[in-house]
Amino acid sequence: MVSSEIKKALLAKGIPEKVVRKVAVVTFEAEVNIISYADQGTIHYHVSREEVVIEAIDRGQGIPDIELAQQEGYSTADDTIREMGFGAGMGLANIKKFSDVFEISSEVNKGTRLRSVIRIGGVPPSGEEGKQ
Amino acid sequence: MQLDEIRELLDAEVIIGHEKLGMEVNTAFGADLMSDVLAFARSGCLLITGLTTPQSVRTAYALDIAAILICRGKTPSDQAIEIARELGIPLLRTKYILFETCGRLYQQGIKGCIREVCAEDKTCGM
Repeated sequence: MVSSEIKKALLAKGIPEKVVRKVAVVTFEAEVNIISYADQGTIHYHVSREEVVIEAIDRGQGIPDIELAQQEGYSTADDTIREMGFGAGMGLANIKKFSDVFEISSEVNKGTRLRSVIRIGGVPPSGEEGKQ
Repeated sequence: MQLDEIRELLDAEVIIGHEKLGMEVNTAFGADLMSDVLAFARSGCLLITGLTTPQSVRTAYALDIAAILICRGKTPSDQAIEIARELGIPLLRTKYILFETCGRLYQQGIKGCIREVCAEDKTCGM
């Protein structure tokens, strides 16, 4: 799975463990979403000194109501997904929780595009989250 | 508590990680839904689950979970065992149900890796 591979690669690059854990969780959930709901998908990474950017793009059924899909506990998962231990309706909520910046867009019967930015320690987040 | 003491307490079988039984574990998280584990568990804890698929091991690896304890006497899949070996995550198995497993561990001083869910706090101990 990509989540294990990216974790090894980032740790080898000296990225702090805390950041790597967040990247691994975001990747894991994005992977499960692609496997569960899309025909095909790719996950791209951009790693700089300041941040890790994860972009998951898939071709698939898409999400009709993005707002609802981000609600904790809301799920459209079938039994196959639940047997894997997923489908708790936590996926997108988890990705959002572990991201400093989270963007998602989707078109029904076309696919979904998800972008997550995880900042690397010492850099204060911009915008509202940065205010004390 | 050492992993070996946990093994003894729960009459557990060590499937992977005999060499890591000296590891100290003081917190735990119990669930069968891996998305909940990803959302709420913390690194360094013991994952108690009935999920026998490779996803339980992948989840543990993503979060740096110390060890996995499969409850209800279930046998992890061959693929799960193989991945646990590859990633160096101890994998144990007990016949006790999740409730009994948690109760016995709690009695011996193991605490939940979080006590309750704090929805507003994004970092929440991560």
